[in-house]
Amino acid sequence: MKSTLFNMVTVLFCITLVASAGVGAVNMITAEPIAASKQKAVEDAILAVLPAFEQSTAEEMTIDEMPITVHKAVNGNDLVGYAVETMTKSGFNGVIRLMVGFSPEGQVLNVNVLEQAETPGLGTKMCDEGNPLISSIKGKNLESMKLVDGRLAVRKDGGDVDALTAATISSRAYVDAVNRAYMAYKSVVDGTEPTDVSTGATKTQKGGNNE
Amino acid sequence: MNKLSLVLKGIIKENPTFVLVLGMCPTLGTTTSASNGFGMGVATMAVLIMSNLVISLVKNLIPDKVRIPAFIVIIASFVTIIQMLMQAYVPALYASLGVFIPLIVVNCIILGRAEAFASKNSPVDSMLDGVGIGLGFTLSLTVIGAIRELLGNGSVFGFSFGISDYMPLVFVLAPGAFLVLGYLMALFNKFVKK
Repeated sequence: MKSTLFNMVTVLFCITLVASAGVGAVNMITAEPIAASKQKAVEDAILAVLPAFEQSTAEEMTIDEMPITVHKAVNGNDLVGYAVETMTKSGFNGVIRLMVGFSPEGQVLNVNVLEQAETPGLGTKMCDEGNPLISSIKGKNLESMKLVDGRLAVRKDGGDVDALTAATISSRAYVDAVNRAYMAYKSVVDGTEPTDVSTGATKTQKGGNNE
Repeated sequence: MNKLSLVLKGIIKENPTFVLVLGMCPTLGTTTSASNGFGMGVATMAVLIMSNLVISLVKNLIPDKVRIPAFIVIIASFVTIIQMLMQAYVPALYASLGVFIPLIVVNCIILGRAEAFASKNSPVDSMLDGVGIGLGFTLSLTVIGAIRELLGNGSVFGFSFGISDYMPLVFVLAPGAFLVLGYLMALFNKFVKK
């Protein structure tokens, strides 16, 4: 078709109008199912890291400017454990989000990877069952492990967590997220401000420890 | 043109990856494993079929000088709609393909076919062209992904042969993408295209 100013403006206006109306309509239809499926993904992850429970309550907090959610799971009046939705920005490629399950005594029950975009075949091994990272911390109380500056660390940095082969950056990020999960867990249990694993110094006072 | 040959030419004679050399960014970036390549191919094919159909339907209403912005708006809307629908109704599929969906907007295969084929042909032929090019793209990406995964990680479609410790990792990383793509393109043009 021959182009004139009038028909160019009219056609572009109509196309963008129809396109935005279409996208808006689909957004209205799908907003609810999307929220529901995200909620379900979180619930499935909690079930994967904790023993069976009846109900859970969530408590949100911010550590190092990242949102952390602690889900407290109970069976009647008995505490089953805590599932902490934690994250880190120091992954090899984008953010890593983990769900870490703690027993009422503070042992790590299990870890479930919610989101990651690490290098396939290297960093993605963090999602495998029984990988070195999980095996190093599963069933342990993090305070009983070897800490570097009050934080859990991989072997290369002087700690005693086995890293994934050829994926040190991904392993460090994973450990960083687990550290943050423990800080959140500890602060909910003690009712205090989030602190490092052992020292008791608050994060703000220590300043930029995990850069 | 015969309908079947419309589909087949996208797979061999006008294979988007090895012959037309279109869409190299997603090709290099997402073929780290066979299933990633396959996923990107299928998602692209879905968008390509829909956008070819719509563009061929409205081709006579769009003034020549603004056809590219018009095509881009139509393609981007489809991509967004498909992303939202997948996220809402097939979250499992979205979890594995989600990261590739926004990349489809900037995939020049879609715009290339809109410009070169859908804006000149009937809606049915345009959809068949979308099926053919989409299949060609999916097959190429799956093959590249499978070879990179096999050489770099000792597995195909996640099925491990237990040899991952002895394989050169470089094939999963960026340099391996260029190597595999280059050699496959040479082989394809020597033996298949003729």
